[in-house]
Amino acid sequence: MIKRSILFGAVAAALLLGAPARAAEGGHDDLPHRESWSFAGPFGSFDQGQLQRGFKVFREVCASCHSANFFYFRNLSQPGGPGFSEAQAKAVASEYQITDGPNDQGEMFQRPGRLSDQWPAPFPNDQAARVANGGALPPDFSVLAKARASHVGFPGFILDAFTQYQEGGVDYIHALLTGYVDPPEGTKVQPGLHYNKYFPGHQIAMPKPISDGQVEYTDGTPATLDNYSRDVSAFMMWMAEPHLDARKRIGFQVMIFLFVFAGLLYFTKKKVWKDVAH
Amino acid sequence: MEGHSTYQPQGKIARWFESRLPIVGLLHSSAVSYPTPKNLNYWYTFGAILTMMLGVQILSGVVLAMHYTAFAPISFARVEHIMRDVSFGWLLRYIHANGASMFFIAVYIHIFRGLYYGSYKAPREVLWILGVIIYLLMMATAFMGYVLPWGQMSYWGATVITNLFSAIPVVGTVIVEWLWGGYSVGDPTLNRFFALHYLLPFMIAGVVILHIWALHHVGQNNPDGVEVKSVAKDTVPFTPYATVKDIFGMVVFLLFFSYFIFYIPNYMGHPDNYIPANPLSTPAHIVPEWYFLPFYAILRSIPDKLGGVLAMFSAIAVLAFLPWLDTSKVRSARYRPLYRQFFWIFAVVAVGLGYLGSQPAEGGFVIASRILTAYYFIHFLIILPLLGLFERPKPLPASIADAVLARHGATVVAGAAAPQTKG
Repeated sequence: MIKRSILFGAVAAALLLGAPARAAEGGHDDLPHRESWSFAGPFGSFDQGQLQRGFKVFREVCASCHSANFFYFRNLSQPGGPGFSEAQAKAVASEYQITDGPNDQGEMFQRPGRLSDQWPAPFPNDQAARVANGGALPPDFSVLAKARASHVGFPGFILDAFTQYQEGGVDYIHALLTGYVDPPEGTKVQPGLHYNKYFPGHQIAMPKPISDGQVEYTDGTPATLDNYSRDVSAFMMWMAEPHLDARKRIGFQVMIFLFVFAGLLYFTKKKVWKDVAH
Repeated sequence: MEGHSTYQPQGKIARWFESRLPIVGLLHSSAVSYPTPKNLNYWYTFGAILTMMLGVQILSGVVLAMHYTAFAPISFARVEHIMRDVSFGWLLRYIHANGASMFFIAVYIHIFRGLYYGSYKAPREVLWILGVIIYLLMMATAFMGYVLPWGQMSYWGATVITNLFSAIPVVGTVIVEWLWGGYSVGDPTLNRFFALHYLLPFMIAGVVILHIWALHHVGQNNPDGVEVKSVAKDTVPFTPYATVKDIFGMVVFLLFFSYFIFYIPNYMGHPDNYIPANPLSTPAHIVPEWYFLPFYAILRSIPDKLGGVLAMFSAIAVLAFLPWLDTSKVRSARYRPLYRQFFWIFAVVAVGLGYLGSQPAEGGFVIASRILTAYYFIHFLIILPLLGLFERPKPLPASIADAVLARHGATVVAGAAAPQTKG
């Protein structure tokens, strides 16, 4: 027993001593800053106002190049989302022209969007998107917030399980949008690329997409780049995980139930085994 | 275990049925009157937890299959359809995806428990080998399941793993193309993986039945590693004693499982698998699921492709020979002071290999993987055979009852004497 404790102690000490050394050598100034999100943590939920602002930024800026193929107009009024009424969602849909058909003459036709329609893609196909964007394909937004992360390595990733950190994707997107800075001296940026502090390799095809004051906010939130980035990241998280609110709410109920059930079983077990030495 | 059924059919219909198909008696003798050593600790609840996890995976998987489509151009979208539009589809998918990880966490604890208490030794060799077969089937099932969402890691993981077979001399390429159903991983691969992913869990269930049969035939090992001498003194009936303890263990495990499902559902996954499969773009680092990482490290530590593949498969195959590689007559590490230390070193090495498997194969990581890979095999092929010859084990208790008595003092003898009457 003692020997085992010594072994454990040695391993633990090695891990603890190793951690700061690794952090120091890595030079983590490129790691995205961990923002505070309303949907983080066990009781987190989306902020409707933030999702509505994020939707506005997405619609007016991002959607001109990025598709969101798993996103439907009906999602705008579903519970746990930006909280638009069905009428508002219908109104948004009707502002877009959707190709439908064929009609009884065998021809395709344009009609205003409906709730059941997919969010219209800005380009007819990937190749068209590439041609319009200097050869780079703007990634689809539907699950992008879950397809990106900032890697912390060991032992940070173990801590993340306890702090329930699942916001690596949104932190990265927020950092990327605010990470357009002048390249450090001596860095040669390839033609058609742009310097970004947080993009892997630092050279990104997307030009700085948004600046202060570009989108009008009607709820009094300051129209700054930082707020735009934060709001559109939150909106992308909702697009990627539309049932997050329900998941955390049901999760709490399940945990409470299982905790009480486990407690009852523990005492049942104790009673059953009371007279048996084991 | 034979000879322990106390089942008496009550009533005319029950007697009529039992004389024609004695299945109720079989269930009664396996899950009610079956004697279990009374010194089992909570590490022994993982068998029940694993049975539960197999059930969870099959149930959630069958329902997911009702909404999924295996067709390369749309499979990614079908999984997102489950996440977004199917009622509680997100819950089903997160249960199933995290369930795979939980299954492996439980099976690793179960395997290491077996290693610690020497559960593979005579007369439990067949029981142990059946367990190794279940583990292999689990790995195949999990690997093919990870391909189904058809994300970047699905596609490239499948490419890397199937390509391993190309290391086989002469026929390698033919075998790989036969596995793929084409000249690269593609729609035929996805479809056959889906079919096999649906089939293998039922094969696992079959081998699990054999595993439990073998277990109930030879009786359970226990933390003291001595055989049951007297059913009355050393054991308690499965129900209610083991049942209530197992159910408690299962519910605590469900708490742990739920934490992942509801709060960190994507913690075990790789973000790249939320990018649709793209044969033209290779991810920066292709990493398998965490439960394969130690074997992935072994694979990459050998500079030769065929050598790496052989080392990886040998690392699993060596487990099947464990009953004969360990020469010690004493089972439990409790009474093997040296083995106990080597056990913990081995556990640290296995975790270390897992960490190295997640790191890029370069520089110091490669050297470290080679050292740990060498140690992995030295543990089984040199240390265990020699340890049995040189180690001086501590004196074994005369019986389970004696071992329990030694730990608790004489005050509880009365209860220990007749536990079976309480069933």
